[in-house]
Amino acid sequence: MVKALAGARRSRFAPVLLMLLALLAVGGVYAIAAPTPAAADTSSPDQIAEGQKLFQANCASCHGMSAEGRDGIAPSLIGVGSAAVHFQVSTGRMPMAASAPQAPAKPPQFTAAQTKALAAWVATLGPGPSSPTAEQVDASLGDAANGMLVFRTNCAMCHNAIGAGGALSQGKFAPSLFHTTPQQIYEAMLTGPQSMPVFNDANITPEAKRDVIAFLMEQRADNASPGGANLGAIGPVSEGMWVWIVGMGALIAAAVWIGAKSS
Amino acid sequence: MASAPTTPAAKLAAGTGDFFDTRIGAGKLVKEFARKVFPDHWSFMLGEIALYSFIVLLLTGTFLAVFFVPSMTEVHYPEDALPVTMRGVEMSEAFASTLHLSFHVRGGLLMRQIHHWAALLFMASIVTHMMRIFFTGAFRKPRELNWVVGFTLMILGLLAGFTGYSLPDDVLSGNGLRIADGVAKGIPIIGSYVSFLLFGGEFPGTVIIPRLFTAHILLVPGLILALVAVHLILVVVHKHTQYPGPGRTNRNVVGYPLFPVYMAKAGGFFFVVFGVLAIMGATLSINSIWNYGPYDPSPVSAGAQPDWYMLFLEGALRLMPGQTEFVTWGGYTVSLNILVPGVVVPGILFTSLAVYPFLEQWASGDKREHHLLDRPRNVPTRTGVGVAILTAFIILALAGSNDIIATHFHLSINEITWVFRVLFLVGPFIAFMVTKRMCLALQRRDRELVLHGYETGRVVRFASGEYIEVHQPLTDAERWVLVQHEPARPLEIGSAENERGVARPGYKKLQRRQKVSNFFFADRVEPVTPAELAHAHDSHGASAVEGADDHASLARPERESLEAGSGAQH
Amino acid sequence: MSSTTGKDLTTGEHGTAGSLVNDPLAVGESAEAFENPGLPEHRHRLSDASPAGAKKVERQVALIFGLSMLASIVGVWGYFAFPMDATLGNVRYSTLSIGLGLGLGMLGIGVAAIHWAKALMSDVEQVDERHAQRSDDQTRTDAVQLLKDGAQDSQIGRRPLLKGALVGAVALAPLAFVVPLVGNLGGTWNVNAMRHTMWRQGTRLARDPDGALIRPEQVTIGSVWHVIPDGLNESEHMLEEKAKAIVLLVRLDPSELKVQPGREDWSWQGIVAYSKVCTHVGCPVALYEQQTHHLLCPCHQSTFDITDGAKVVFGPAKRALPQLPITVDDEGYLVAQSDFHEAVGPSTWERQRPIRGEDY
Repeated sequence: MVKALAGARRSRFAPVLLMLLALLAVGGVYAIAAPTPAAADTSSPDQIAEGQKLFQANCASCHGMSAEGRDGIAPSLIGVGSAAVHFQVSTGRMPMAASAPQAPAKPPQFTAAQTKALAAWVATLGPGPSSPTAEQVDASLGDAANGMLVFRTNCAMCHNAIGAGGALSQGKFAPSLFHTTPQQIYEAMLTGPQSMPVFNDANITPEAKRDVIAFLMEQRADNASPGGANLGAIGPVSEGMWVWIVGMGALIAAAVWIGAKSS
Repeated sequence: MASAPTTPAAKLAAGTGDFFDTRIGAGKLVKEFARKVFPDHWSFMLGEIALYSFIVLLLTGTFLAVFFVPSMTEVHYPEDALPVTMRGVEMSEAFASTLHLSFHVRGGLLMRQIHHWAALLFMASIVTHMMRIFFTGAFRKPRELNWVVGFTLMILGLLAGFTGYSLPDDVLSGNGLRIADGVAKGIPIIGSYVSFLLFGGEFPGTVIIPRLFTAHILLVPGLILALVAVHLILVVVHKHTQYPGPGRTNRNVVGYPLFPVYMAKAGGFFFVVFGVLAIMGATLSINSIWNYGPYDPSPVSAGAQPDWYMLFLEGALRLMPGQTEFVTWGGYTVSLNILVPGVVVPGILFTSLAVYPFLEQWASGDKREHHLLDRPRNVPTRTGVGVAILTAFIILALAGSNDIIATHFHLSINEITWVFRVLFLVGPFIAFMVTKRMCLALQRRDRELVLHGYETGRVVRFASGEYIEVHQPLTDAERWVLVQHEPARPLEIGSAENERGVARPGYKKLQRRQKVSNFFFADRVEPVTPAELAHAHDSHGASAVEGADDHASLARPERESLEAGSGAQH
Repeated sequence: MSSTTGKDLTTGEHGTAGSLVNDPLAVGESAEAFENPGLPEHRHRLSDASPAGAKKVERQVALIFGLSMLASIVGVWGYFAFPMDATLGNVRYSTLSIGLGLGLGMLGIGVAAIHWAKALMSDVEQVDERHAQRSDDQTRTDAVQLLKDGAQDSQIGRRPLLKGALVGAVALAPLAFVVPLVGNLGGTWNVNAMRHTMWRQGTRLARDPDGALIRPEQVTIGSVWHVIPDGLNESEHMLEEKAKAIVLLVRLDPSELKVQPGREDWSWQGIVAYSKVCTHVGCPVALYEQQTHHLLCPCHQSTFDITDGAKVVFGPAKRALPQLPITVDDEGYLVAQSDFHEAVGPSTWERQRPIRGEDY
């Protein structure tokens, strides 16, 4: 299969090495997949019960009474963790209103407390990534310059250089990040909703995720666009439109004035 | 020199005048040029917008060149400098100095933004100016050469824009360079060598920014400056064209003198252009390169587009299906998916523009000078061709923005691409037909107006019981604009044999030329003649409106409605 | 009826020009057409009629010039008022105040001058005569004679040896300028360099941009990794190497992965690595859709199917993305088995040809 392992098997220490590797592998997977415990320990039995009730009333028609999912309609939510639930529900993507290439963000249907309860109940169904702590998403602790480097390598090709959003294939799109909360940004990276890939903690470390948040929050600082109106921050196409409409428009108006007879 | 100057100011003026006159004959120059007449029309100022934005480009460009460092040496951006998202990041000196002049030189960001807006405006005004020249036929003899000069200026403008756009060495423009590199590599046989020639080795190398800088601040603007001088000298030599109107003929030019009226108007317009650009630079951010970060071959951002004037190339690259790349016998790769959009499409677009004046003259055989402009409707085929070229250009530019269209209108990028693929093939033809038909219809409406005057809405009843609407006839001046033109007509080539019944040599060639001529000029509406007008006044003959269409090819169904009246002799 | 015919190439006559056939300016002067009614009567402006009207215009123009001066002063004030003290606010206000001052200062001059010209300077239209561009016959004859005399004097027509020698010398002389210029432009001209990358057998896969090494278990299903070769950041030609070596790493469910014939051992437990350089014109194909496993190039929308050998499913690219054969080394890190087996990036004319003296 693979030369490295094949070579190792021939060695006297092969069983030991293999064991070590296996341990490492299990440990690694656990380190990535294991929920960060912070949010989990704040949920009370009452909250979990409320979450279950909410789920069965609002989500079960698609995801099933025990969140086991229904083929071709909705995925199983067992093991998705609280982060995914919080992201999907707090951005209004779930419950989904109508079938579309992808679930669009809309005003959330549930209050913050209800969302937390839902997330808490789903988190009890199986281990999965949980919502980050306040410290993990505190932009002031992040390094915006490193965030820029991570963001442009991993995110900008879909979300645009500073998060204005962009097109994917077949009508799907990467949404604008201008109004996404730090927690939602973190959860999206952690869980990879819809078309978005997962950026687990080995790929983008928790610190780097916070740096990304710091970079994105830098775009919302006062005078973040020191040159003036950012024209949607989508680059040359909107700049071209502005030069034709505003620039040429104003100057042709001036030319008409120059050419017109004075009364 | 009626009386000796008395005041100190007058003495100074007289002294200065004498100084220059005795050395360079300034008196003769002033006498020649001061009262030179320029006609007044807003569309004659479009070229001035281009000239003035070029001056703004030179001024702001000088400011930027003082602070910009055209070097690809890697440095680390200081930890205490703005913007915070760039602190400590490794970048080229070109990028670092652009950041520095934007954030740490007072007025630097302003000058960068004015410079970039002026570049976009420069190209926009050149294109608009070209449209005006094209649609009014101002390129006709004796101005064909000046059209070619102007066309070359447009190409140089593209080059100036592209070389400048890439200078800050950011991710967006770097990907633009990479696309240029990819297109270069797609050229058969020499592609790889062209790429090495541009980049001094493998992409991206360390010399492209200095090379682009030299091209951007010396070579290209030098050429532009020289050609602008030629362009303007030729305008003076030819005297300006004018729109048709009462008193305006092919033998005169009617307008206002250079000094003082045009000096004030055109000079004032320079300040207006500068003012509008400065206000745009102060309030609208453009090309915020710190959003993209310094160039690195790995990242790319959504919305990766060139400036608007290159969008048509980008669109052509996006539309062309990949199946057109193939490997020939011998294992050589021919990348038609790059050659067609990167070379063939712009080649056709530009060549047809460059040679159009000569083509039209060849088709009409008209060797006279034309100083009176055409109303676009009076030259339906030319107007149709122009709109078709514009349509193709706009469809390609939109295709180059297909991802932005997809996100803003919630459409599928794949479907948009397919729609544009089809539109690019059929759109220009539809645009041509529709425009040509509209021009003919407008001309017929002009005939109607001339023959019957304006509808007044006043209805009177005759003693006999008949009702008629009173039409108000046009004044002489109003009528003149509608009847002054002299439509070009298809070439006459005589018979295939000479008087002695012998086949004429080269007749086949003539026939081909006549075919082209027919394409241009067969469909037309003749202007009303005095005889027709007199006849209409006598008889109220409504049929006269449809009167003077040529019907050289009655067999064509769309021409049926144009029939009747005095035909041509064929 | 000559007025409805075009130019007759047999006679050289223009249908409408009639007797004026040799006059290049004779346009629109057909005897059968309408007569040009001549310039309309000049209409006076308000400021022409009354001194008060003119005075009003004078005050308006002066006021606009005054506003322009004020704005220019604001622009200069903006320079001093907002030092570049490393706050975004000052960058913004400095740009805005200098720009508005400059802009309104300029705009004011323009508007005032134009208003002045329109309302106070004479608006009586003047007429200039045009003359044909063509020189008159005498001048042309003289010019031709001058040229003939000059050519005669130079004797170039009589001495073909001189003509040949001149042409030869002028044709060769620029070469001594052009050859060094063009010859140096391309650096080494070693175009085959673009067909290799720095991937070698055993080169470890590292995370872009910081270079952290990658273990297979970290590459979970649904995640995407942007990868560079280990040691890239320290290499001498970092950007040139990076431009060719960037790779995208994805783990697929083995049931979804269609293994390509001949590449059975190029992946590691469902983990595949593909070149990130588009086979169209070389943009980074970085956009991975987790659910469809499609890779989309944001520049020209070429779409590649990762489950099926990264073949093209849409757009202007023709070829699949080159695959990097990977495996895991003794220490458990993902490594390359070799370089790519074909040239990465845009198609060049010779990309499929063997390199002389190399087994490629």
